[in-house]
Amino acid sequence: MTDKATQAEIVRQSLKRRYRKERRFRAYGMAAIAIALGALVILFADIIGKGYTGFIKTTITLEVELDGKMMYLDDATDDRQLRMADFMAPLIQSLVKTIPEATMEDREAVQELINPYASIALRDALKANPEWLGTTRTMTFLTHSNVEVYVKHSDDDAYSIQLTERQQNWVDQLLASGVVDTAFNDVFFTSGDSRDPAQAGILGAVVGSLLTMIITLVLSFPIGVAAAIYLEEFAPQNKLTDFIEVNINNLAAVPSIIFGLLGLAVFINLFGMPRSVPLVGGLVLTLMTLPTIIISSRAAIKSVPPSIREAAEGIGASKMQVVLHHVLPLAMPGMLTGSIIGMAQALGETAPLLLIGMVAFIVDVPEGFLDSATVLPVQVFLWTGSPELAFIERASAAIMVLLAFLIGMNALAIWLRKRLERQW
Amino acid sequence: MNTLNTTVTSEADQSGQAAIPVQPERPSETIIEEGKTVGLPFSDDPKFKLRNVEVFYGEDRAIKDISLDIARNQVIAFIGPSGCGKSTFLRCLNRMNDSINTCRVRGQLMIDDYDIYDPRRDVVELRARVGMVFQKPNPFPKTIYDNVAYGPRIHGLANRKSDLDEIVENSLRKAGLWDEVKDRLDTMATGMSGGQQQRLCIARAIAVSPEVVLMDEPCSALDPIATARIEELIAELSESYTIVIVTHSMQQAARVSHRTAYFHLGHLVEVNETNKVFTSPEHQLTESYITGRFG
Repeated sequence: MTDKATQAEIVRQSLKRRYRKERRFRAYGMAAIAIALGALVILFADIIGKGYTGFIKTTITLEVELDGKMMYLDDATDDRQLRMADFMAPLIQSLVKTIPEATMEDREAVQELINPYASIALRDALKANPEWLGTTRTMTFLTHSNVEVYVKHSDDDAYSIQLTERQQNWVDQLLASGVVDTAFNDVFFTSGDSRDPAQAGILGAVVGSLLTMIITLVLSFPIGVAAAIYLEEFAPQNKLTDFIEVNINNLAAVPSIIFGLLGLAVFINLFGMPRSVPLVGGLVLTLMTLPTIIISSRAAIKSVPPSIREAAEGIGASKMQVVLHHVLPLAMPGMLTGSIIGMAQALGETAPLLLIGMVAFIVDVPEGFLDSATVLPVQVFLWTGSPELAFIERASAAIMVLLAFLIGMNALAIWLRKRLERQW
Repeated sequence: MNTLNTTVTSEADQSGQAAIPVQPERPSETIIEEGKTVGLPFSDDPKFKLRNVEVFYGEDRAIKDISLDIARNQVIAFIGPSGCGKSTFLRCLNRMNDSINTCRVRGQLMIDDYDIYDPRRDVVELRARVGMVFQKPNPFPKTIYDNVAYGPRIHGLANRKSDLDEIVENSLRKAGLWDEVKDRLDTMATGMSGGQQQRLCIARAIAVSPEVVLMDEPCSALDPIATARIEELIAELSESYTIVIVTHSMQQAARVSHRTAYFHLGHLVEVNETNKVFTSPEHQLTESYITGRFG
């Protein structure tokens, strides 16, 4: 009886200790998650806080008098005249009229408010509508990026304002009268890179990324899955396959810049492929993604229950039929998830692409796999290195777009897994 | 000091054991004569003729020189303690051991006049003749219809949809499942109960019209009611198929089989008419097993 009581006592004490251990362990877990979440929140808050202004553009709306004499243009259909004409003059004249204190003496100071590319926009408008010559039109142009920085960040010490006191006063007045205004930055999504931050967009980089990803997906998924199926289902177990397996696992950990060097040496120097093109970028990223896809596909194939295999074999299915009819459909969710994660990695990859020349300044949006292009993360890299202040927020905005793509791809991976996963 | 103590105790234990007059446990190896099976291992009309079969897993000899006939359209039950090789032996009959790399089979295994391990023969052809039902119900994660239709489809047994429908209905009827599932053939097979799934697996196995059905402990994962249904089914199927069943339940063996084979440590100890094995076993080990002295 006493024996029993003491035993119960011992158990009770050890229980207390066990519960304490469990509580401590849970606390560690929650602390770990809190740290991770906190870091994530800080990262997002910083990027969004810095970058949301990248989605805003500043515009200036002017009554432009399209006077042929002032522009040295009497026929708006003549290409030669269009090339020679001065399209800045009517803009300056109109702006001087709009700002009460300014005179034609201040024309240089006034010109600094308008985007340098505004004259080209005006020329294109006139070229498209030659009948506008001689009329007065209300037109909206982008402001100079210095004005943009002043409008958005005049109270932020991190930005130095490049406008004079006088120009700042003018901008304040124009803002009050609604001539200078802010709007959603559609330019950011519809144009390629530019030396002028106000004109710079990510379309070129997004299309470049897309083309590169298409090459990567088309090559790495079939090759990776085929390699995984062969290694898992058909390859004999010997030293050679062990060696291959070790090497594949090693490749997954090779720094990505090495793959860039390989691409440079093999695809560009040996095979003579052009530089800076999505085709070569895709090939390099394929090499980088393959190990990830092979490893995850092999894991997915391994997780197919042997009972399903036996059932198919027992009924007389050949090896090929077992693989195609049963193993592959059941392993597909895992394979797709692995591939999408591999693709997401490839989408965010910068280093190998620098080495194959996808870091060039490219204004045009690429139209094919052999056009010079850059990709989103490289665009971010390029912009963060630019001296113009307005590129800081463009870079943050581009990071947000990149993150949105990554979140989208990972969400797709989860959705596909939920959708295709079957019970057995 | 410690070592000395342990030695002393163990010696004491041994002497103590020897002092108590118990029936000494007979080492089984000494009373089994390798390759010799008591009872009636051979049959006049054999479906399977198996001679001097040996199975190795690497260096380990799992089946030791077994010779046995399996009679046509009879149910033979393989019984024996765990690890005695009965499942291994069963899986030799349709070469399911092929996928195990280290496994080697020796001896002569014939089904009718067809050498099972003839390397020129395709294993697919063999498995179309020798169907198998596994321990755990393992329907494909497909619809009920597709599960049964899978075998006929891959073997090209039905050219038209109506033929296939007929095969599926017949197989499900034979498996006693038709009335339960005829209205939901296009639902997932994995949603059925364990007993239904196992009967579906039987339907799937007989859909390719095999000559033999191998069953590896088909009822071990089922409740008594589902087990009873499978047993009824085995009795019905035995009219047209040769059935080999591995079971751990001696009652089941007694109920469903015509002949019973008792395996022990890779040896085939005794084969005989089922009622003879269970009422008057000839071999000491068989008697010990069926009376529940070990197993």
